[in-house]
Amino acid sequence: MTARTRMLVRDLWHLRGQAVAAALVVACGVAAFVAMRGTYLSLLDARDDYYQALRFADVFAQLKRAPLALVPRLAAIPGVTAVHPRVVREVTLDVPDLSEPAVGRLVSVPERRRPVLNDLVLRSGDWVRREHPDDVIASEAFATANRLALGDRLGAVINGRWRDLTIVGIALSPEYVYEVGGGSIFPDNRRFGVLWMGEEALASAFDMDGAFNDLSVALAAGAVEADVVDRIDRTLERWGGLGAYGRDDQVSHRFISDEIAQNRVTSTFIPAVFLAVAAFLLHNVLSRLVSLQRTEIGLLKAFGYANRVVGRHYLTLAAVVVVGGAALGTATGVYLGSLLTALYRDFYRFPRLAFSAGVPVFASALGISLGAAMLGAWSAVRHAIRLPPAVAMRPEPPARFSAGMLERSGLAAALPSSARMILRGILRRGRRSFLGTLAVASAVAILVMGGFFVDAIRYLMEVQFTVVQRDDVTVRFVETESAAARFALARLPGVERLEPFRAVPARVRFEHRSRRVELTGLPPGAELRRLVDRALDPVTLPATGLVLTRALAERLGVRAGERVRIEVLEGARPRRDLRVAALVDEPVGVGAYMDAAALERMLREQGGLSGAYLAVDAPRVPELHATLKRTPAVGGVASRAAVMRSFREILDRSLSVSTAINVFFACVIAFGVVYNGARIALSERGNELASLRVLGFTRREVAVLLLGEQGVLTVAAIPLGFALGAGLCWWLTRRLATELYRIPLVFTRATFGFACAVVVVAALVSGALVVRRVRRLDLVAVLKTRE
Amino acid sequence: MGDVEVPALIDVSLDLRAGELVVLLGASGSGKSTLLNILGGLDVPTSGRVRYLDHELTGASEDELTRFRREHVGFVFQFYNLIPSLTALENVALVTEIAERPLDPAEALALVGLGERSRHFPAQLSGGEQQRVAIARAVAKRPDVLLCDEPTGALDYATGKVVLEVLARVNRDLGTTTALITHNAAIAAMADRVVHMSSGRIVDVARNAVRATPAELSW
Repeated sequence: MTARTRMLVRDLWHLRGQAVAAALVVACGVAAFVAMRGTYLSLLDARDDYYQALRFADVFAQLKRAPLALVPRLAAIPGVTAVHPRVVREVTLDVPDLSEPAVGRLVSVPERRRPVLNDLVLRSGDWVRREHPDDVIASEAFATANRLALGDRLGAVINGRWRDLTIVGIALSPEYVYEVGGGSIFPDNRRFGVLWMGEEALASAFDMDGAFNDLSVALAAGAVEADVVDRIDRTLERWGGLGAYGRDDQVSHRFISDEIAQNRVTSTFIPAVFLAVAAFLLHNVLSRLVSLQRTEIGLLKAFGYANRVVGRHYLTLAAVVVVGGAALGTATGVYLGSLLTALYRDFYRFPRLAFSAGVPVFASALGISLGAAMLGAWSAVRHAIRLPPAVAMRPEPPARFSAGMLERSGLAAALPSSARMILRGILRRGRRSFLGTLAVASAVAILVMGGFFVDAIRYLMEVQFTVVQRDDVTVRFVETESAAARFALARLPGVERLEPFRAVPARVRFEHRSRRVELTGLPPGAELRRLVDRALDPVTLPATGLVLTRALAERLGVRAGERVRIEVLEGARPRRDLRVAALVDEPVGVGAYMDAAALERMLREQGGLSGAYLAVDAPRVPELHATLKRTPAVGGVASRAAVMRSFREILDRSLSVSTAINVFFACVIAFGVVYNGARIALSERGNELASLRVLGFTRREVAVLLLGEQGVLTVAAIPLGFALGAGLCWWLTRRLATELYRIPLVFTRATFGFACAVVVVAALVSGALVVRRVRRLDLVAVLKTRE
Repeated sequence: MGDVEVPALIDVSLDLRAGELVVLLGASGSGKSTLLNILGGLDVPTSGRVRYLDHELTGASEDELTRFRREHVGFVFQFYNLIPSLTALENVALVTEIAERPLDPAEALALVGLGERSRHFPAQLSGGEQQRVAIARAVAKRPDVLLCDEPTGALDYATGKVVLEVLARVNRDLGTTTALITHNAAIAAMADRVVHMSSGRIVDVARNAVRATPAELSW
């Protein structure tokens, strides 16, 4: 071992506490990078491989009914490479051991071959057989949630007739990676499931022989999606087309893509915070080391060691810390990544979703962290190599203080000496103090952000399920029913209040922008389905005109008072110009509302009903469910309580893991910064503090002086962290706002309290570790040492 | 090879009387610093007894020793050890804040002739001025004993004499018992008693019939 290597080892040993703290921060940065970047890449690969292998379509369309003879015309649209017509219908299912009726989406598949597009991955069992019209393949999410096995039977009301369906296979589909029912954003795999059925069996059950009502289309590379969508819309218009759309509006794809996009942001942002903090810590540790080793540096140089060698010594020291941290971080990152990926398996169903972070991820993690560390270390090292040997061998001049801000403000006189010492120390090293505060604030911000997502999702559910949707059960009919259906519903068991609604698919146009929505007609004074404004106060539905959700209005660029064109996509397909009377705020989806009577007039109908919102006497809910399961006219039943319960379960599971990770990360940052700050303070001011002990100051008084600076910085970091976190959340909500949902910017006291508590505890623990060293201050040596 | 135990002090017996100025004289390694540390409650002897008036310091706990230093002892260090982030006045006030019946910090600074420099920070003061601030700081809490460890060790001749003047004045005006360590034999003339130390033992205790003023000293 050369003398220099030995010096390196001793320096590291001497700095072990601080080196470990800095290495831990590096480890967190690398772990976050490896875990998040790896998860991001794993999700991206899983999605793209899946889409490609199973031929996931590019454009989708639903329509009333069109003859299969239309297919060649659709296939001839320029840019279209494949067309896959299907029959898709939703039915009420009676699932064993489930009291509520479930909604089954029956999707046709060819009996004798695989679908051209949107193929399935058969996880177990067999394909549907032509000679067994009751064969179905169930989606894995639905089968797992309901513990359904091959051979199990499901009761279903199909076109008014009761049928027993037999599960012959369990499968996954690229169309339903995120499997949610129409309009919902919350997965409820017990009560919503996809069942694939033979196309002949399904067509004949719904009198759709030789016809289709759902279309999937694949595009050639370079095809312009908007053009194809336009051509499809024109072709399907007279067949009751509801408007074609690309993958971006396909719910499952949209969810995964949003998630992947979000992952890309966090996989860049979070590690960057850590690595910046690590660079800061290394800079501080090395600066202090350089000033302690001034004389040695001078001596080495006087002996004839080149600047390069001296510089390399300190950079190697930083590199050892980083490489150690990166190794630990990589291992932790792989572990965290597999945890995160496992969480995604709860939400997203891929045939194979395994965490894989390859050499490129590891190499960039190491490269980025080394780069950050060198950046932090460089200015300290430059200082060391710039010292002329003669200057370096002289002891460093005493700390220069002079009258500054504190004195000019007149505040100094009002403060006790200890407070003056602390504040002057902070002000003298303003940049270091500010960066330290910023680093601790980033720990607070990470916690605020973590808490925010929990709060926001809870709040979103709260608003959606207690303020907007207030019914116990929503019933949708298979076809539009006459006004008389209302009396049949009122007679169902337990129904205490009932508000019928009429919903039609429509296109809203404003200038050159348009959007497909569900236009819902509500009765005046609706209580079970409320329209609310930003403050969550109810908005009264005007007798004429249209009410749009704010998200829709923003997408169309329309303001209240302006007129939009409504094109109904059903029945006589009327088109009208309507005034936007008001905007409402709904966290989920986009929609348009009008008074039921006005909608009726526009459709030239006499009291048609699409469904009803029901308030139900709680004890009689099971009885109601049992009845609804066997009511042929009912196509869908949604139970508010069940949706909430199921979503909460999933949420709690994933949140507990992500909260634990956030807390751990924040603790490491807070610990690293405070511990290092206090250690450096002890090193810089050890003599001063020992002198005070000699003068009769107690250990406690000295500890206050030692930790006061870190304490003030931590306290300052908390509001700064709140502001930083809130700003970050605001930015994220803007970035993540989609048509599917808007994350509300809400914070609870608990989130701020928790963030504050975690950081304070981490700071106290690190402070306590350093205070132990006050005991070991050498009071005798201080009488004889020169600063 | 085992470690050899080298006692720093052997058979030392010394009484300090109220109001006297004692100079502990000896070469480096003679044990004078160890003796001063024990007197000041910074160190405890492995055997023997230390008493201050009716306080038993032998076997006192760390907290008791801290209280003893806080209430009774003033220290002046060779390298002043002022707090760089506090002005001259504040350095003095730092100590008066924890004392029971202190001098007014400004008065203490005036006593060492630095009333004009009270708003200066240590980095803005010369070595001699810093040492006088340190003396003001030590005496401001009206200690019963003032312990000075080579107070002129880092100062030039003229400045050293100014500092000694201040120490003599404090001893005279406030009646503070003062023990002063030095290896500079010339300083011994200003003491009431001179304790010569060598190899951990007190080899001679001499009493000056007349105390010289610092102005009369030369080295």
